[in-house]
Amino acid sequence: MRYLPLEPADRAAMLAKIGARDVDALFADVPEEARLDGPVHGLPDHATELAVERDLGAMARKNVSAADVPFFLGCGAYRHHIPASVDHLIQRGEFLTSYTPYQPEIAQGTLQALFEFQTQVARLYGCDVANASMYDGSTACWEAIVMARRITRRSKAIISAGVHPHYVAVCQTMARFTKDALDVALPELTDGAPGDDMARLLAGIDGETSAVVVQYPNVLGHIDDLSELAERCHAKKALLIAVVTEPVALGAIRSPGEMGADIVVGEGQSLGVGLNFGGPYVGLFACREKHVRQMPGRLAGETVDAAGQRGFVLTLSTREQHIRREKATSNICTNSGLCALAFSVHMTLLGEKGLRNLAALNHARAVQAAERLAQIDGIDLVNGSFFNEFVLRLPQDARQVARALADRMILAGVSLGRLYPDGEGLDRGLVVAVTETNSDEDIAAFAAALEEVLA
Amino acid sequence: MNMNSEGRPTRPEPADAVAESWTGNKALMLEEALIFEIGTTASTGVDVETPPAVRSRLGGLDRNREIGLAGLSEPQAVRHYTRLSRQNYAIDLGLFPLGSCTMKHNPRLNEKVARMPGFADIHPLQPVDTVGGAFELIHTLGEWLCKLTGMPAVAMSPKAGAHGELCGVLAIRSALEARGDAREVILVPESAHGTNPATAAFAGYKVEDIPATPEGRVDLAALEARLGPDVAGVMITNPNTCGLFEPDMKRISDAVHAAGGLVYCDGANFNAIVGRVRPGDLGIDAMHINLHKTFSTPHGGGGPGSGPVVFSEALAPFAPLPFVEKQGDHYILIEEETAEDHHASSFGRMVAFHGQMGMFTRALAYMMSHGADGLKQVAEDAVLNANYILRSLDDVLEAPFGKGGPCMHEALFSDKGFAEGFTTLDLAKALIDEGYHPMTMYFPLVVHGAMLIEPTETESKETLDQFIGALRSIVARAKAGDPSMHQAPFHAPRRRLDETAAARKPVLVWKEPEQAEAAE
Repeated sequence: MRYLPLEPADRAAMLAKIGARDVDALFADVPEEARLDGPVHGLPDHATELAVERDLGAMARKNVSAADVPFFLGCGAYRHHIPASVDHLIQRGEFLTSYTPYQPEIAQGTLQALFEFQTQVARLYGCDVANASMYDGSTACWEAIVMARRITRRSKAIISAGVHPHYVAVCQTMARFTKDALDVALPELTDGAPGDDMARLLAGIDGETSAVVVQYPNVLGHIDDLSELAERCHAKKALLIAVVTEPVALGAIRSPGEMGADIVVGEGQSLGVGLNFGGPYVGLFACREKHVRQMPGRLAGETVDAAGQRGFVLTLSTREQHIRREKATSNICTNSGLCALAFSVHMTLLGEKGLRNLAALNHARAVQAAERLAQIDGIDLVNGSFFNEFVLRLPQDARQVARALADRMILAGVSLGRLYPDGEGLDRGLVVAVTETNSDEDIAAFAAALEEVLA
Repeated sequence: MNMNSEGRPTRPEPADAVAESWTGNKALMLEEALIFEIGTTASTGVDVETPPAVRSRLGGLDRNREIGLAGLSEPQAVRHYTRLSRQNYAIDLGLFPLGSCTMKHNPRLNEKVARMPGFADIHPLQPVDTVGGAFELIHTLGEWLCKLTGMPAVAMSPKAGAHGELCGVLAIRSALEARGDAREVILVPESAHGTNPATAAFAGYKVEDIPATPEGRVDLAALEARLGPDVAGVMITNPNTCGLFEPDMKRISDAVHAAGGLVYCDGANFNAIVGRVRPGDLGIDAMHINLHKTFSTPHGGGGPGSGPVVFSEALAPFAPLPFVEKQGDHYILIEEETAEDHHASSFGRMVAFHGQMGMFTRALAYMMSHGADGLKQVAEDAVLNANYILRSLDDVLEAPFGKGGPCMHEALFSDKGFAEGFTTLDLAKALIDEGYHPMTMYFPLVVHGAMLIEPTETESKETLDQFIGALRSIVARAKAGDPSMHQAPFHAPRRRLDETAAARKPVLVWKEPEQAEAAE
């Protein structure tokens, strides 16, 4: 077996040193009846590298990958071009095969990269500080609500109808067990800027509210000014939590932190990570400096070594489970370190200038696509505002249209009927995302196929 | 200069005897500033095509101030991260014997497979008939996990070990609520990983400790005495964090079930028994599996992980959404829209999409490479390597539970016998100078100055012999009271770092020097 270095002679010599008759003797604590007498039944024996690659390659080829077709899916996962050097750098063994940096003297590479990542995320979100990553956007969203509960000592959160339904579902799952009260609503296919949902949020804030949770831009692509909402939250000593699923947007629009959000969380997948069928992704988490001790997750911090040189360590770990156990701010241990590195490398390559150019290009392509698709008979563009994602109202159920387009090898967008199976009036909505990866030909092919399907 | 018997120097020169270089570099070890110190907001390493002119639809919220993101050209960026990488220890460089963390070799086939476009470049919300191969992969991996654990069902979506624990505890709570039984307490052994009590609390439970016996096992009598109508369940790590198998596991499970509770097993140490023992034969109801430990997906400096959870028949109906089912020769996705017919008692969704697909591909490549026969050998070699370390060191280090018999996949020692004022931390830092990552220190909490060594099965006898030699030499210095150990490491990219100062006045982001001064 190519991954196991011990030879039979090694094993014999080691057993002799141990004073064990055979390897079975080392499993003496396992009760007789629980010991298997041979390999587990029903599974194949070992395989060569070539054979494994062949089998898994066959599985991979059964999927339609985004590069093969005009591709317009978003809703929390976006296809962007990742510079070749990103994947090269994160595959360096010293990053790929290192552990959590518990021994900082031999983990400065990871720690400095995390410190840089935290700075990038805090600046992008317009916040004071950020942590070293969470699992993904959806779990970061729930952690933010828990953090707001700890800070405000209140347990009623109001969630905007524009928050990604999977994120809402994750929060609802948890809230059922923790007895937090969540006020939720379904979105509507209006141009909503700021629509009924904003009015609902503003009216709902009271002395019991821990936090209001909004997505920016929201799941339907709308971009709402959060300033008034932030003021109203603060007047009632509640917190404003903003969720960002598309970080590239913040290269074009104001950050939630600038508009007064207290905690900003989101998905970082767009930069460096890739689609990967939903994971691993990277949760981003930022807040005000005064709340940092209530934050979940690992933090890298600056310090000096015994010779006076600058260095970095994991810090404020008295918040964390390995020290505080049941009193920790969260149960999170493993985070998404390597994806955070990928995000950070990609962001470093872009820099301010590259991110702004990329954002401008995304927006311009999306505007072009929206204008072209809205010319089709029977189709309305729902959004007043959007960044690189918008909703089309189709003349029929969007799920059927998306399937028909998939048959024509166009991956057209996410149907709202799939995201909101109980959402009345939403089934004709199709969320279309357009990034720098979409060419003029892609947009033309999409429009032509859509005309054909609707004809 | 002191030499060992092979003529290699064993004692570092005092640091001040070495002339400092002008750059601060030490030959191949290159200092590297922060990106914010070397880059500017005007530099970039990505060429973006000029956007077509359009009317802005940004709702009047166009960004009107600088973000402050430093950029680097590609050559600068490659050099920056390459230099940083060289300041890290890694399993690719040498033995990484962190107990309970299972730092084994990460096969590169796994990386290659995970990057196949058919897995890496597919969207989680694609129409289901365009991703049949992805569902096949998830389902196939799930079947391997069920067969290896002897359990009937598996939830694939949890993102890491602690998230898997949460999945298991939520299923337990759902099952109890479904029978109208609102229990409030979860029992956790005092030797447990911190995630266990933190998870139980995160799920809304009260947590109580179960004591350990002097032999490092769960105290069955104390556990039985505590069981009652308020106890929802127990969370037991098996093999446990002392590196020992819990021989009473089946009796523990039976006792908990008899008292109306359910059994969660922390599978962090599954590597010791994979292919040789099936947890399902021990009466457990839920167990997470760290794909990044037992099944070799890379730790990546702290993540990502992946924590699928296997379930007993009792808990299977409560498993989270979404999941994949095989019907005939094709695969279907059970999510909110389809769950009502198929899976009405699910406790719901705990993550946005399908889980850690990129880790699933890697883990399945690893499992297929080993096969059932190879995985059995994995457990055997992991346990053999750990016992070899135990018996090669137990004459110089106290092994508090080593006298009773063999260990499983990791060997546990205490700091007994060190000279006054010499600690496990000193030993760990001296080990860094010998070219090793230290073992897990001060965990589990039930042993004074604990040193938990997990070599894993991917280390050769020669590697272990050299490590044993190094450790024996350091232990001798700790016993003799060599004062230089308090200053170690001498040869790492940094000397000991001041963690107290870091926590007292946290600096978590970089600030421009004038800003940082103003904040003083």
